[in-house]
Amino acid sequence: MQLSRIVRTAADILYPFILIFGLYIVIHGHLTPGGGFQGGAVIATGSVLLLVAFRYSELTGDLRKGWMKIFESGGLLLFIGTALAALLVGGVFFFNWLANTGSLFGIPVAFGPNPGEIYTAGVIPVMNLAVGIEVWGGLSLIVMYMMGDLEEGGERS
Amino acid sequence: MSWELLRLHAPALLIAVPLVASFAMPILGRTKLSRGIIALGAMALTSCIAIFLSYTVYTSGVLLYVFGAESPALSIPPDSGGIPIRIIFTIDALSAFMTLIVAIVGFSVFLYSMSSDQRHTGLEGYYTLFLMMIAGILGMVNTGDLFNFFVFLEISSLAGAGLVAFRIEKGKAVEGALKFAVLSTMGALLLLFAVGIFYWQYDALNIAAIASRMQFSLLDQIALVMLVAALAMKCGSVPLHFWTPDAYSMAPSSVTAMLVVSSQASLYGLFRVIFTLYGIKLDWVTVGWIVIALGMLSMFVGVTMAIPQKDVKRLMAYHAISQTGYMLLGVGVGIAVLGDPASLQSYGMAAIDGGLFHIFNHAMYKGLLFLTAGAIIYVTGTRDMNAMGGLGHRMKYTMIFFMIGALAIAGIPPFNGFASKLVIYESVYRFSPVLAIIAMLVSILTLASFVKVFHSVFMGPELPEYDTGREVPLPMLLGMGLLAGIVIVIGIFPAPFIDHLVAPAAQALVNQAGYISAVAGGG
Amino acid sequence: MIGNLPLITVGLITVIGLFTIVSKRNLIKILMGLNIFEAAVNLFLISIGYREGGIAPIYTNAVQGLMVLPTPQALTLTSIVIGVATTAMLLAFVTIIYRNYGTVDTDRIRELRE
Repeated sequence: MQLSRIVRTAADILYPFILIFGLYIVIHGHLTPGGGFQGGAVIATGSVLLLVAFRYSELTGDLRKGWMKIFESGGLLLFIGTALAALLVGGVFFFNWLANTGSLFGIPVAFGPNPGEIYTAGVIPVMNLAVGIEVWGGLSLIVMYMMGDLEEGGERS
Repeated sequence: MSWELLRLHAPALLIAVPLVASFAMPILGRTKLSRGIIALGAMALTSCIAIFLSYTVYTSGVLLYVFGAESPALSIPPDSGGIPIRIIFTIDALSAFMTLIVAIVGFSVFLYSMSSDQRHTGLEGYYTLFLMMIAGILGMVNTGDLFNFFVFLEISSLAGAGLVAFRIEKGKAVEGALKFAVLSTMGALLLLFAVGIFYWQYDALNIAAIASRMQFSLLDQIALVMLVAALAMKCGSVPLHFWTPDAYSMAPSSVTAMLVVSSQASLYGLFRVIFTLYGIKLDWVTVGWIVIALGMLSMFVGVTMAIPQKDVKRLMAYHAISQTGYMLLGVGVGIAVLGDPASLQSYGMAAIDGGLFHIFNHAMYKGLLFLTAGAIIYVTGTRDMNAMGGLGHRMKYTMIFFMIGALAIAGIPPFNGFASKLVIYESVYRFSPVLAIIAMLVSILTLASFVKVFHSVFMGPELPEYDTGREVPLPMLLGMGLLAGIVIVIGIFPAPFIDHLVAPAAQALVNQAGYISAVAGGG
Repeated sequence: MIGNLPLITVGLITVIGLFTIVSKRNLIKILMGLNIFEAAVNLFLISIGYREGGIAPIYTNAVQGLMVLPTPQALTLTSIVIGVATTAMLLAFVTIIYRNYGTVDTDRIRELRE
C-alpha cells in the first residue's frame, strides 16, 4: 500500500525545511532555547516524515540504517573527543578550552543587552552539534527499527 | 602522557576510556578481530587505570576530580558562593575499593566473553552496551554528585537491560529484561524525586554539600525512604527481589557476572546515602535494624527459594540474593551501634569490615560461579540440571573452578567466603547471638544446595548426549581462572587484605566529616 | 494555596502513575503509567526551580531582578532525554514479547514464573 501522491510530494517539499529548522536550533543552542537534543529531535522528525510517507525500502542514500549508525557513533565520538581534547591542551576533562581564545567559537561574550554572537561559548556549540548529529541518528534508528517491524508484520498478515 | 598527567586525570580516563571504546564499537567493530581488540584492549586499559587510581587513593587519601574546572581539585570556584557547582568525582577509599571490584570482574568477564558469546550476531552492539555498563558502574561508585549518580545508575541499568535481552530466547530473556528495566526505571525515578527534594531545600546536588547542611526535616525523611526503597530494589534485597532471578538467569553468563557487580554498586549507593549523606543526623538504631531486617529476610528467603530450583542459573541468582543479605547484615550491625563509640570500636567496625569484605568476595566467587554455569550451558546447551550429568569426566577445569566457587559461597575454609563470613559471624555474635546463628544456618543450607548442584551436574556416569562435549575454550578458562585464583589467594591470606584494603574502606564509610571536608576544602 | 498548586498536581499525577503501574495488566498501560510518573517527577523538578516573577536565567542580557533557577531545568532536560531512551527500549521489549507470546497481558506472560 502506498500513501497518496499529495502526502508524498508534501513530505518531499517539507523535508529540507525541517532539516534547516532543526540545524538552526542545533547551531544556536548556546544562544536561544533549544540545543543539540532538541534540534536533533526536530531533524529526526523529518526522517520520520519521510518514513511515514514512503516505505523504508524506497528510501535510499542518507536515510539508511548503516549511515544512521555512523551518525550516532560519530556524534558521540565527536562529543567525547571534544571533552578529551581538553586534556591535551592542559585542562580538565570537559574543560571549555575554546572559550575566549579568539579562534573557533572563541569570541568573548559581550556584557549588557546584545543580539547574541554565534561565535561565542567555546566548546558548547561544538558539543551541541555533536549531540545534534547523535540524536538525529539515534532517534531515526529507533523509528526505523520499529517501523521496519510494522512493515514486516504487514507483509506477513 | 607523563605519569603526573595520568595521576591527575585518572578519574576522568576511568570513565572516558570505556565510553570512547563503546562509541567507536559500532563503526570499528565490524570484524571479529577488531571487535576483540577494541573490547579487550579498552577493558584492560580501564582495569589498569582503575588499579592505578585505587593505589593512589589508598596511599594518598581522598581524590577529587572536578569536571570542566580550571584545575582538577578546584571543587569550590571563587565565584560560586561557597557551593560546589560542578560535577565532582569524590573518590575515597570505599569508592576505590568498589572500583577495584569492577576492574577485576570486568576484565575476567571480558576475557571470558571473547569465546563464550561468539556464536551470536550483533556482537558490536553487545560490546557497546557492555562497555557502557562498565562506565555506568564505575561512574556510580566514584561520583560525588547525587544527580550524576542518577544518570550513571540509568546508564548502567539501561545497558544492563539491553544486555539481558540480548539473546531473545523466544521472548523469555526479553521478559526478564522488561521486569528489570521497569523496576530500574521506577527506582531511578524515586531517586530523582529525592534529588529534587534535596535541591529544593539545600540548593545543592553534591553529596558533601547536602550532607553538611542536612537538617533531617520531614522532607528529608521522605527522601530517605525513597532512596532506601529505590536502592534496596536495585541491589536485589528481599521485598523487591523478584526481578533478580529472572534477569540473572536469562542474561548471557558474562553479563550476569557483571549484573552482580552492578547490584553491588547500588548497595554501595545505599551505604553512601545512609552513612555519608545522612550521617550523624540519623536515628542509628532504627535504621540499623531496618537494614538488618532486610538482610535477614534476603538471606533466608533467598536460600529457601534457591533449594527447589532446577535451572542452574536461577538457583545461583537466588543464592546471590541470599549473599546480599550477609552484606546488609554486617553493615546493618555496624549502623546500629554507630551511635555507641564503645561497641563500635569493639565489634561495630569489624561488622562493617565483614560486610564490605563480603561485597568483594561475593563479586569474585559469584562471578566465578555464574561463569562456570555459562561454561556448562555453553557445552550442554541446556539450563536444566536434571538433564545434565557426568560432565566432570570431560570438563575437569570447569569442575575445579565450580568447586572453588561453591566452597567459597558456602563459607568453607580456606576460601575467601569463609574469611569474610567469619568476620561477620564473630562481630554479629557479640551484637546478637541469634542473628549469627541464623546466618550460619543459611550458610549450611547454601552448602547443601551447592552439593546437590555439583552432584547432579558433574558426578555420575557420562551421558551419551554429551559425548562430544569438550572443555570450553582457553579464554573462558582464563577468565574463570583469574577469579578462582583471587578466591584462593584471599582465602589463604585474608589478614593483609583486610588490613590494607577493607579496613580503610570501612573507615572512609564511617568518616562523614572527612568526606565533607575533602570537598569543602578544595577551594 | 495557589503557590502550592504545582506540588498538589505533582502529588496527584504521582498517585495516578503509580496506581496505573500497579493495577493495570496490559504492558503498554504499565509503560504509560511509568511515563505519567516520570512526568510527575519532571514537573516537580521544574516547579522547585520556579521563582515568582523571575526571568529567564541568561546572564549577559539580564536586567536587575530575580531569575528562575537554571539547574532544575537542566536536570529536567536530562531526565526527559533519559526517559525517551527508556521508553523506546521498553516499547521495543514489549514488541518482541508480543511477537513471541502473542499477548501483552501480564497474567498470561508467565514463562519465567515458577
